[in-house]
Amino acid sequence: MSPLDEATAAAAPAQPANTDGYNFAYLDEQTKRMIRRALLKAVAIPGYQVPFGSREMPLPYGWGTGGIQVTASIIGPDDVLKVIDQGADDTTNAVSIRRFFRRTAGVPTTERTEDATVIQTRHRVPEVPLQAGQILVYQVPTPEPLRWLEPRETETRKMHALQEYGAMHVSLYEDIARHGVIAKSYNYPVCVNGRYIMAPSPIPKFDNPKMDRSPALQLFGAGRERRIYAVPPHTPVKSLDFEDHPFTVQSWEESCALCGATDSFLDEMIVDDQGKRLFVCSDSNYCERRREPAGGEGAL
Amino acid sequence: MSEQPILQVSGLSHRFGRRIAVADVDFQLWPGEVLGIVGESGAGKTTLLRCLSGQLAPTDGRVAYGDRLGDMVDVYALSEAGRRMLLRTDWGIVHQNAADGLRMGVSAGGNIGERLMAVGDRHYGNIRGHAVDWLRRVEMDIGRIDDLPTTFSGGMQQRLQIARNLVTGPRLVFMDEPTGSLDVSVQARLLDLLRRLVAGFRLAAVVVTHDLHVVRLLAHRLMVMQGGYVVESGLTDQVLDDPQHAYTQLLVSSVL
Repeated sequence: MSPLDEATAAAAPAQPANTDGYNFAYLDEQTKRMIRRALLKAVAIPGYQVPFGSREMPLPYGWGTGGIQVTASIIGPDDVLKVIDQGADDTTNAVSIRRFFRRTAGVPTTERTEDATVIQTRHRVPEVPLQAGQILVYQVPTPEPLRWLEPRETETRKMHALQEYGAMHVSLYEDIARHGVIAKSYNYPVCVNGRYIMAPSPIPKFDNPKMDRSPALQLFGAGRERRIYAVPPHTPVKSLDFEDHPFTVQSWEESCALCGATDSFLDEMIVDDQGKRLFVCSDSNYCERRREPAGGEGAL
Repeated sequence: MSEQPILQVSGLSHRFGRRIAVADVDFQLWPGEVLGIVGESGAGKTTLLRCLSGQLAPTDGRVAYGDRLGDMVDVYALSEAGRRMLLRTDWGIVHQNAADGLRMGVSAGGNIGERLMAVGDRHYGNIRGHAVDWLRRVEMDIGRIDDLPTTFSGGMQQRLQIARNLVTGPRLVFMDEPTGSLDVSVQARLLDLLRRLVAGFRLAAVVVTHDLHVVRLLAHRLMVMQGGYVVESGLTDQVLDDPQHAYTQLLVSSVL
């Protein structure tokens, strides 16, 4: 537990009096049943978008209403929750959602990836490889990968049903024609289990290989768009590409300025008004843990 | 060489409510043959074309396509997946309005490559090569391959639409007023191009138009429609030079 977590935990006991009227984990049991049914269907058809009746949540659309509903439906008293936002455990959204579940479900929270049983995430997959038994819940703004190619929902559903995915490759073709490489660097479309094309939510394409045959269960919730989809454990997830322009991930010439990591996804920060740049790990827990035993090896 | 028709239409009718749009159309189209359909606005030409090309299920009748294996398949008995597959491999559709047939936000090369990618081509270099090749065949400047169709003239958009349709080597092309919105000199060049392509690839085609010059240049056979009915049909020159039906006589005599 970080100092911040301890502070909030002290201020708000596990089940304070003002949450008395609420069910375990905020949502009522009927809603959870409905969401669990959607989740079962999503797991049974990897990559297929299952509609569900999204509820009003005490946070605005775009802040993770889909992810929080999925987490609320699957979390139990024995679970340990980790919430990350852009890889960091200490950003506003991550702190609030963690606090929300500590108050409404009384579950312990953690920042250590391997200790968590449920990880709700926005925009990143943790650097530490996930294990069997863990569940990764993604917050998804736009579940439909074909949305920017075809505005009609009826048509995109038909395209999925008939596996008519030529248009997706047209967008990759356009990238190569214009930039010489596939310039899409986040929300990079993937083909799940050789059947459905899926938007992996706006994670950097750096994280796409981590989804492939992952031993953890991956669930995706889009609150505003009312869709749930899933990648069951050990399911092949292939990033789309061309034979002569294969999929590649980002790489950096720098290493993390704090921990010296060369194998993690780096955030670029501008640190003064002379334009001095600094690269640090986006996964804050990974970076902290690397610094713990021997102190920093990075430039700072 | 082939003894089965590429398109066999029998008893085809379509009604919108109680209004008859197309009534009782029968014909056969043979490989390499171009059929013209003429008639005034509202005669049911476009509805007929939509019924023929698998886009609108007719109220009555049967449309059968003679596929490469030599079978006659009922177009409307196919699954939707099968019908769509047919539409992007063996068939092509050239729309009057190029914006309906093109992706306006995608470059010329991407437009031509789409059908290739839809049937599973995953090699950028190949797709690009085909795009260049087809731009050349429809007499467009290869330097415009990465430009958007919105920056093209009407005639160029129409050429691009034709290239995009022919890239998968279809056997049957449906054209709805292919030269409709073009000026006369551009029309003439486009017709030249179409004539060469149709002859060169032994394409069968159904061309809907109200322009008799277009059918005289392109079509081998002609069907004249009025009020949903086919009132006269026959060889193009025969129908245009010796019209029998009163409406055909009117149509031929009203050419400026």
